[in-house]
Amino acid sequence: MQALPTAASARAHARPPKVVGWLLLAPLLVWLAAFVVLPLLVLLVYSFCQRDDLGRVVFSFTWENYERVFSPLYLRILGRSIGYAGLTTIICLVIGFPVAWFIARQTPARRNRLLLLVMIPFWTNFLIRTYAWIVILKGEGLLNALLQYGRIIAEPIELLYTPFAVLTGLVYAYLPFMILPIYVSAEKVDGSLVEAAHDLGAGPLRAFSSVIIPLTQPGILAGVLLVFVPAIGMFAITDLMGGAQVPLIGNVIQNQFLRARNWPFGAALGVVFTLLFVVTYALAQRRRRRHA
Amino acid sequence: MSTPSTSRSLLPSGLKLLQWGLGTWTALVFAFLYLPIGVLIFYSFNTSRLNIRWEGFTFHWYERLASNEPILRALQNSLIIATVTTLASVVLGTAGAWILYRYRFRFTGAIQTLVCLPMVMPEIVMGISLLVLFTVLTLPLGFTTVIIAHITFCFPFVLVAVQARLQGIDPALEEAALDLGATPFQAFWLVIVPALKPAILSGALMAFTLSLDELIVTFFTANAATRTLPLQVFGLAKTGLNPMLNALSAVFIVSTIAFVLFSEHLRRLARPSGAPHS
Repeated sequence: MQALPTAASARAHARPPKVVGWLLLAPLLVWLAAFVVLPLLVLLVYSFCQRDDLGRVVFSFTWENYERVFSPLYLRILGRSIGYAGLTTIICLVIGFPVAWFIARQTPARRNRLLLLVMIPFWTNFLIRTYAWIVILKGEGLLNALLQYGRIIAEPIELLYTPFAVLTGLVYAYLPFMILPIYVSAEKVDGSLVEAAHDLGAGPLRAFSSVIIPLTQPGILAGVLLVFVPAIGMFAITDLMGGAQVPLIGNVIQNQFLRARNWPFGAALGVVFTLLFVVTYALAQRRRRRHA
Repeated sequence: MSTPSTSRSLLPSGLKLLQWGLGTWTALVFAFLYLPIGVLIFYSFNTSRLNIRWEGFTFHWYERLASNEPILRALQNSLIIATVTTLASVVLGTAGAWILYRYRFRFTGAIQTLVCLPMVMPEIVMGISLLVLFTVLTLPLGFTTVIIAHITFCFPFVLVAVQARLQGIDPALEEAALDLGATPFQAFWLVIVPALKPAILSGALMAFTLSLDELIVTFFTANAATRTLPLQVFGLAKTGLNPMLNALSAVFIVSTIAFVLFSEHLRRLARPSGAPHS
């Protein structure tokens, strides 16, 4: 990226909107208000409602749904979801960071080729990529066949529907989302800074922690957000890889809206999840600002 | 931005070792990323039905796929939804980016945040909140609801892509057109839009792919008749191994590779002419 022009010069062409400008902007604002803001407000209203015996929503105020969300059972599920998402994020960071850094240090031609190799899994449908792991981990799947062939195990073992499988699926799905933003930051780092650190006697660890990490922090932050937030609510991967063994918040929400038909409770879970998302972003934003 | 090649050849040996280690690690990670996909494609040509042992080469599963009614219908649904979504997203995104660029609105920052919200919001929250909205509005689930949902999370990507391109455009361009007698609309349509074309195209491509791939939001906003391809795949994958799904995956992967190569080509076209081609 080129040096950004100063705010004043960048906005010099822009004029005060008057009525015409606001009218032109209206479709965009109306769309966002109707399909982003309004739905969230309706969700909030629903979360304070009750339901009748047929599962219909009754518009009478109650705190009951939130009491249930903060009961030990659901707090444990929420905690477990955050745990899985956090673990996924850390594993993606540890695996992905060296890759992003390595790609950023290549000649432009090689860099582009390696980047294409990251883009392909990035854009490949995550269901397909999750299914690939089902083929590998299933009882009659590839890994079991290989292990039996190698006489390491006698009987097929259940690899799918375990926490290990869930974590593998999540890491596999989100790894490219960690590599790409870190690459963008790493590419901007002047290689001579790292060499200077070495010349001044910094060991690899020291150079890493006091030069490389701070310089790539915006990318790390973006990657963490891109992995952590979606991973909390992802129900498809946990459904496919975990069976019903490890219920996470996403599965519970999905269940409330489909099978259990307790929309108000599902809405309350959704509202809590939204707050979690807002807090995560606000924290990241504050860190970013402090960094800048 | 560029790393001078001379500095690399003079690396101290410790750094060289580090480079070697990083290279090996990267190769391993690429193996991790690509082996499962490769396995999938490989087994899509296997004669055996539910066995992982290789028993012979066949196109059988592709033939089955090409004549599978539910999958074909889901594909058709997906294509219709993605096309309408892309067209609407391009209009909304391009116009929005241009208006936000041309006028100095009060609350521009807040508007920008609102635009970015659908891109970062957890999909499940978007899905259930739209579901309750449609219920309150008594709008039955179907093409309309899915398309509304898809436009909502797709158009911001077009808008942001166009915004990035607008940064590189000479602001005097529009003024010159206006001075030469063009109406503001003509200036936008005949001068600005052509200059934005690469960004619009790559934004459109992104919107199309996002719409085609989306599962979670669609899950809550579609009905049985508008099941999209990802929903169909999700249903099939839940039931376990299915060689037809291997074939479908292979088709998905090959089209993704084509898409990535094409958008890379677009990106190169979009690059300012002064930049070196690599």
